[in-house]
Amino acid sequence: MADRKRHRPVLVQVETPNLIPERDLGTIPVLQAEHLGIDFGGLTAVDDFNIAMGRTEISGLIGPNGAGKTTIFNLLTNVYQPTRGTVLVDGYDTAGKSVAEVNRMGIARTFQNIRLFSKMTVEENVLVGFGNTMRTHLIADMLRLPSHWRQEAEYRERALELLDIFDMRRYADTLAGNLPYGAQRRLEILRALATGPKVLLLDEPAAGMNPAETEELMENILKIRDELQIAILLIEHDMSLVMGVCEVVGVLDYGKIIAKGTPEQIQNDPRVIEAYLGKQEVR
Amino acid sequence: MDMFLSQMLNGLQLGSIYALVALGYTMVYGIILLLNFAHGDIIMVGAYVSWLVMAQLGLSPVVAVLLSVAACTLVGVLIDKVAYAPLRNAPRLSILITAIGVSYFLENGAQLVFGADAKRVPAFTDLQTIQLGGLSLSFPAVATVLVTIVATVALTLLVQKSKLGKAMRAVSEDMGAARLMGINVNSTISFTFAVGSALAGIGAVLYAMAYTQASPTMGMMLGTKAFVAAVLGGIGSIPGAVVGGLIVGFAEMVVTALGLSVWKDAVVFLLLIIVLVVRPTGIFGRTMSEKV
Amino acid sequence: MTEKRPIISAGGRGQGAPDARRTLPMPVRYAINAVLVLVILVVGELMIDGGAITRYQSTVLEQVGIYIILAVSLNIATGYLGQLPLGHAGFMSVGAYGCSIFVIHMSEALGVGARDFVTGTPVTAALVLGGLIVGGICAAVAGLIIGIPALRLKGDYLAIITLAFAEIIRVVMLNIDGVLGIELTGGAAGLTGIPSYSSFLLVFGCVALVCFLTHTMMKSRHGRAILAIRDNEIAAEATGVNTTYYKTLAFVVSAFFAGVAGGLYAGCIGVLQPAYFGFMKSIEILVMVVLGGMGSMLGSALSATVLTILPEALRAFSEYRMIAYAVVLILVMIFRPQGLLGSYDFSLSRVIERVMNRDFPWTRRAARADAGKEVGDDGR
Repeated sequence: MADRKRHRPVLVQVETPNLIPERDLGTIPVLQAEHLGIDFGGLTAVDDFNIAMGRTEISGLIGPNGAGKTTIFNLLTNVYQPTRGTVLVDGYDTAGKSVAEVNRMGIARTFQNIRLFSKMTVEENVLVGFGNTMRTHLIADMLRLPSHWRQEAEYRERALELLDIFDMRRYADTLAGNLPYGAQRRLEILRALATGPKVLLLDEPAAGMNPAETEELMENILKIRDELQIAILLIEHDMSLVMGVCEVVGVLDYGKIIAKGTPEQIQNDPRVIEAYLGKQEVR
Repeated sequence: MDMFLSQMLNGLQLGSIYALVALGYTMVYGIILLLNFAHGDIIMVGAYVSWLVMAQLGLSPVVAVLLSVAACTLVGVLIDKVAYAPLRNAPRLSILITAIGVSYFLENGAQLVFGADAKRVPAFTDLQTIQLGGLSLSFPAVATVLVTIVATVALTLLVQKSKLGKAMRAVSEDMGAARLMGINVNSTISFTFAVGSALAGIGAVLYAMAYTQASPTMGMMLGTKAFVAAVLGGIGSIPGAVVGGLIVGFAEMVVTALGLSVWKDAVVFLLLIIVLVVRPTGIFGRTMSEKV
Repeated sequence: MTEKRPIISAGGRGQGAPDARRTLPMPVRYAINAVLVLVILVVGELMIDGGAITRYQSTVLEQVGIYIILAVSLNIATGYLGQLPLGHAGFMSVGAYGCSIFVIHMSEALGVGARDFVTGTPVTAALVLGGLIVGGICAAVAGLIIGIPALRLKGDYLAIITLAFAEIIRVVMLNIDGVLGIELTGGAAGLTGIPSYSSFLLVFGCVALVCFLTHTMMKSRHGRAILAIRDNEIAAEATGVNTTYYKTLAFVVSAFFAGVAGGLYAGCIGVLQPAYFGFMKSIEILVMVVLGGMGSMLGSALSATVLTILPEALRAFSEYRMIAYAVVLILVMIFRPQGLLGSYDFSLSRVIERVMNRDFPWTRRAARADAGKEVGDDGR
């Protein structure tokens, strides 16, 4: 928290066609990336990536395998240090921050290959996410002072409430590793939400789900946005989901955004069709 | 001047032994990412075999050298088959602990069989010094350096040029893909252990030649320092192991020459810590990062 | 943020579901465990006073307690944090030297004789407690110094760097007197004249305290962060866990308790020699943790007990003891890598709750069948 004070907000004038004043709380984008790029050795994995997300916007990132979608998530969360460009979360620069600090600044994410704390219970997984807002001192916890009990009770209740979003309260005491696949994906989203993000990054949330589950996930994504008033950026291959929930879609190919617009615009864009079909030809 | 030269040669000799042992660490680590704690103790096995053959059986030094190298190779492959192979897919921590167990087993086994006190290994040759243009050089030192150079060159050729070497590199890159390409992964790993242990066997003979001793725990400190050498140079890299070995050998020589020999272990370990902090992958190491 | 949440499950935990288990309130749980600990301490002390336990046996018991603390504390770094430090004996030695040097010099300054420690006065009690804390803090500082560089590295590198640090500590303990020009550690000859302040009560009081504090730390937000790092470091970071801080914390707490154990060891044996705290000692402690089950406090305590008493009972076979250790270690890793108890931890309150709910193993099968039906209803 102290870190946040050290940085003056950097206001950058950007073109944000999707900022809707009556819906969006602030005038600055909640997540903004400018000319973001990274090279691995001599290879440019992502180049000149720009984004400006409104407070409660849902955006999608699509593109062929290996286009650099997950790399962009890794750049936004500082898992990889960008070679070029800046990332601003709510106006604050993330340069030089650790992954955990970026999370505390307001970006939470899920992973393409599920990364749960598999030997901890579902409730504990969510509680780890709440860890940043919990304030008891180590000594108070070790000596079991009243403040410990008060806080544990409060956050356990909050964790159960969070689990209710996906109707997972009954699994609270199950080990995360023993959950069915779909429930593991949902738990990852809940754990991310527990950190109190302003922006939620979902990496292929519908992977491995059947159409009915995807349908439910779409409802839930909209529900999360409406209730928690956060922005959501998602990577997805399932076009029904992308077209169903996203307000803006960016298409990535060979590390570059080749098209950007509403789902309808994207669907009819010849460059997008070429990017996908062109890949098939190569195969 | 003579003093300086002979100190340099001592450092080179010690460094060469460390380098030979470090090569074994590097090869095994390169292929199955295992820090083979028992590698140092294989040297101990080699030294005891030399002692057995020469002092107990009274056979010739040539037989001792051959049998020592053979015994080390056999023990190395056996350790892999018995202790490590069942754990190929287990967590890294489990295999590491197993390696510690094997090391513990070899040391205490030797203590049980041969007793805790050191055994004196007879001299391999009567030739103690050689004259070179007016300089008198210690023969074991010169032999050690020469053997190490030959062994390193041979190993580099083996890994770079031979079919088995290519298989080794393939397995080390990606075990699953190598298996799909028809490489027999298990025999490749066994071969790696065999080569690494044979080098340790050569190291054992050279060590016994230089220090004329065999004791149950001799492998621990030697092995640990050789591992330090491998890490210093960048684990997985053949030139790294040699350079690391020489650095450790020279560092010890310098500290001893300054009259601070009681601190030499601490200096070597401090060197390791500094290198790891400054350059966590060692001098020639490649960075490996987990894919997110 | 809870007002308008349309989809809320019917039923579920604690919402008038049919499986309203009877549970013990937290204060009662703690009281039960406290009483149990007190009973063990008092009974043990009475048996020693009454002569049912001989002097020799009580010394062995003290060592059992010391090894329990060592194993439980190493378990924090190994079982809970998931790292493999190989220098635990180093922390123990720092604590042992720190504590005994403090006690020796302070009792000289205060004019307390060695005999006073046997009878026990308020001054000696304060000295011993102070010494244990000093020992713990010295070890914790060593842990911090080692942890900062070591924890930037992973797996094998961390193992080797902690091993290196422990060796450096040993060399320093051996040779520091010559550098300082004063007698501090006694070098290879050893530090003598340490009053024998360790007793059954003190050691097992410390055991209880260490176990309690470890338990309470692990069952709090701090412990959860540590476990999260073990389970998935990348995810933990992305979830806002300051991995550097919590790794260092686990390391420092682990070192602190090892230092306390070292202090108790000094008061139990009376002589300290650097050679005692070598690599082999670290391995011995590691064997206890691995055998008991990484992440299980009970497992660590049990195997520490067995592995301390067994060699004493089988003195005739002491030659084979080390080799047996090695074989057991390898076999456990091959056939039961999670250790004998896995990550299971015993909880007396849980047992009592089972009895209260008539939830016995022989009634469990029926209950499981019901549960299976329930999961089947909404299994997706």
